[in-house]
Amino acid sequence: MNKLIASMKIALRALKVNRTRSALTMLGIIIGVAAVIAMVGVGAGATTRIQQQIQSIGSNLIIVLPGSISSNGVRLGSGGVSSLTEDDAKAIAAECPSVAAVAPTVRGGVQVVFGNSNWATTAQGVTPEYMTIRDSTMMSGEFFTAQDVDAAAKSAVLGETVAQNLFGGSDPTGQVVIIKNVPFTVAGVLTPKGQSPSGQDQDDVILIPISTAKQKVLGGNRANAKAVGTLMVQAIGPQAMDQALQEMTALLRERHRILPGLEDDFTIRNLTEVFAAQETSAQVMSILLGAIASVSLIVGGIGIMNIMLVSVTERTREIGLRQAVGAKTRDILSQFLVEAVTLSLLGGIVGILVGLTASLLISHFAQWSTEVSPLSVLMAFVFSALVGVFFGYYPARKAAFLDPIEALRYE
Amino acid sequence: MAAIIEIKDLVKDYRLGEVPVHVLKGISFDIERGDFVSIMGPSGSGKSTLMNILGCLDKPTSGSYKLDGISVGNLNRDQLAEIRNKKIGFVFQLFNLLARTSAAENVELPLMYTDTPARERHERAMKALLAVGLAGQEFHQPSQLSGGQQQRVAIARALVNDPRIILADEPTGALDSRTSIEIMAIFQRLNREEGITMIVVTHDPDVASYSNRNIHFKDGKLQRDERIAQPREARKDLEQLPAAQPEEELASV
Repeated sequence: MNKLIASMKIALRALKVNRTRSALTMLGIIIGVAAVIAMVGVGAGATTRIQQQIQSIGSNLIIVLPGSISSNGVRLGSGGVSSLTEDDAKAIAAECPSVAAVAPTVRGGVQVVFGNSNWATTAQGVTPEYMTIRDSTMMSGEFFTAQDVDAAAKSAVLGETVAQNLFGGSDPTGQVVIIKNVPFTVAGVLTPKGQSPSGQDQDDVILIPISTAKQKVLGGNRANAKAVGTLMVQAIGPQAMDQALQEMTALLRERHRILPGLEDDFTIRNLTEVFAAQETSAQVMSILLGAIASVSLIVGGIGIMNIMLVSVTERTREIGLRQAVGAKTRDILSQFLVEAVTLSLLGGIVGILVGLTASLLISHFAQWSTEVSPLSVLMAFVFSALVGVFFGYYPARKAAFLDPIEALRYE
Repeated sequence: MAAIIEIKDLVKDYRLGEVPVHVLKGISFDIERGDFVSIMGPSGSGKSTLMNILGCLDKPTSGSYKLDGISVGNLNRDQLAEIRNKKIGFVFQLFNLLARTSAAENVELPLMYTDTPARERHERAMKALLAVGLAGQEFHQPSQLSGGQQQRVAIARALVNDPRIILADEPTGALDSRTSIEIMAIFQRLNREEGITMIVVTHDPDVASYSNRNIHFKDGKLQRDERIAQPREARKDLEQLPAAQPEEELASV
C-alpha cells in the first residue's frame, strides 16, 4: 500500500511536468464520466417518475368497461352501452377468489359552484371501496361511508385542484357547493396524486356517493337503474392479475348470457400492465443513454493510451536508465500503469463532480427529475479506473520490454 | 586477488538484415578484484558492445562471462536487472540524470528497486553525495548543476548500492580537461579506499593513463593488454593546475 502511494506520488510528478497535456487527456475521461453520471441520472429520474405515477393509479388495478356491442351490424365503441351493473360488481366481489375489492363508478362532467366562483370538473360517483382500490387517502376531512351511499347522501369529497380553484387556500370541509343545482356538503379533500401515467390531472375530480350521482346529478339509466359506468377492480396481488382477469371474464360472460363464440359486451384492461410497458421503455431509454455516454468514456481511454504512448517514447532514455540501475520488467510496467490509472482516476473524480453538477443543473433548468444513485457514482469511479488499466496496459508493456541498450542510446 | 570478471571466448553477433555482423570475435581476459582498468579502441572496435555485456545489459552470442562467480549467460531479463542493481554502478558520458529531480532523488534511484525503506534510502543517498563532494547541493536539480557536478551526482548514484564494480562509459567525454581530472581523482580514490573495481571506456589516452591496466581493442579483438607500472596521480595533477574554482572543487577531491 505504501509502495502504491509512493508510485502515485511519482506518477503525479511525472504528470505535472506536462500539465496542459495531462489536463487535456483527463478531459476525455472527465467528459465520459460526467456524461455517464448525468445521463444515467436523467434515465433513473424518468423511471422513478413513471413508477410513482403507476403507484398513483392504485396497485394491481383492473378496469372493466362496458363493452363494444354490435347491434344489427352497427358496432358501438367501448362504453357505448351500459352493460355493467352494480350487481355485476357485487357478483365479482363475491365469486372471484382472485379479486380483493370492486368499486362501481359513474362519471360525468359537471359545473361546480361555490359562492361566486365556479369550476368545470368531473364528478365521479363511487363507493368507499374506491379509496382502497386507488390507494387514495384524505388530506383533510373524512370520506363518506357505505351508509351515506345507501342513503344517497349529498356529501362530496374534492380533489386538490377543485379545492384550490373554488376555495383558494381556505379549508373547504363543511362548506356547501352546488353541483347541477344540488347542494352538497364538502366532507373533505383528497391527498393530491399528481399526473396519471397518461398525463391527466388526477386531482381535478369530485367524488360523490354513486347513488346520489345516479339519482340527482348525472341522471340514471332509464332502461336499467342499476347500470354503472366502469368497475374498478383490485386483484389480491400482482401475480393474481391474470387469474382475476380470467375469473371475471368467465363470470361476466355467464351473467350476461353471452354464447360461446360471440364477443364480450365488456372490456377488461389491466392498467398496471399498460403502464408497466412505459416503465420498461423508460428503463431501456436510460440504458441507452448510459451506453452512449460510455462510448465517450472509451474515447477518453483511447486518449490516455495515445498520450501514454507518446510519454513512453519521450522518456525512453529515462526508462533505459531505470533498467540499467536495476528496474525489473514489473517495476517499469507498474510505473506507467500507475501513471495511466492516476490520470483516469483523477479524471473520474473530477468527472463525478461535473456529472453531479450537470444533473443538478438539468433538473433545475430543464425541470427533469434526475436521480444520481451512489451505485452509479461508484460504478463510474471503478469504470474509470478500469479504463486506465485497460488503455494504460499496452503502453506500459511497451515501456517495460524496451531493450535497455537501445533505450539508453535513444536520442 | 581472485578475478571478479572472467571472460572466455566471448562472441557477439548482430544480425543486420540477412548478413550477420561479428562485433566481438572471441575475447578472453580476466579482471582482478580491486583493479582499475581502462578500455580503449577506435569506434566500431566492439568496446561498447563489450561494455554492454560486462554491464549485464546484453548477453553474448557464445562464450562465457562470469561476474563475481555468477555465470551471467543463463540469466533472464529480471535476474540481469537484479545483478545490475546489486553489483554494478554505471557512469555514462551524458550523465543520464532524471531532469526536474533533485540530486538526492537521482542518487536514490537504484535503491527504489530494492526493499530499502525510504528513510534509509535518503540517508544513503546523502552519504554518497557527501563522498563525491556535493554536500550542500543535495536538493539542486541537474539543470542547476555544472557538468562536473552532474557527473558527480551520477557517480554518487553508481555508489549508493555499494557495488563491486563501477563501469564508466566515456565518463569525461562531455567535460573539460580540468573537470575530467577531478572525476578521475574521485575514481582513483574510490578504487583505492573502497576497493571498488573500476572499468573505464575512453578515447582519451590521458584518461587511460590514470588506470593500472590498459586494454586495447581493434576490429572485435583484443589487440593489446598492458599493465601500467606508474599510473598518474589525478590528485597531484590537479594541484599543479592553475586553480579555476579552487576552494570548493579541490576540497572535495
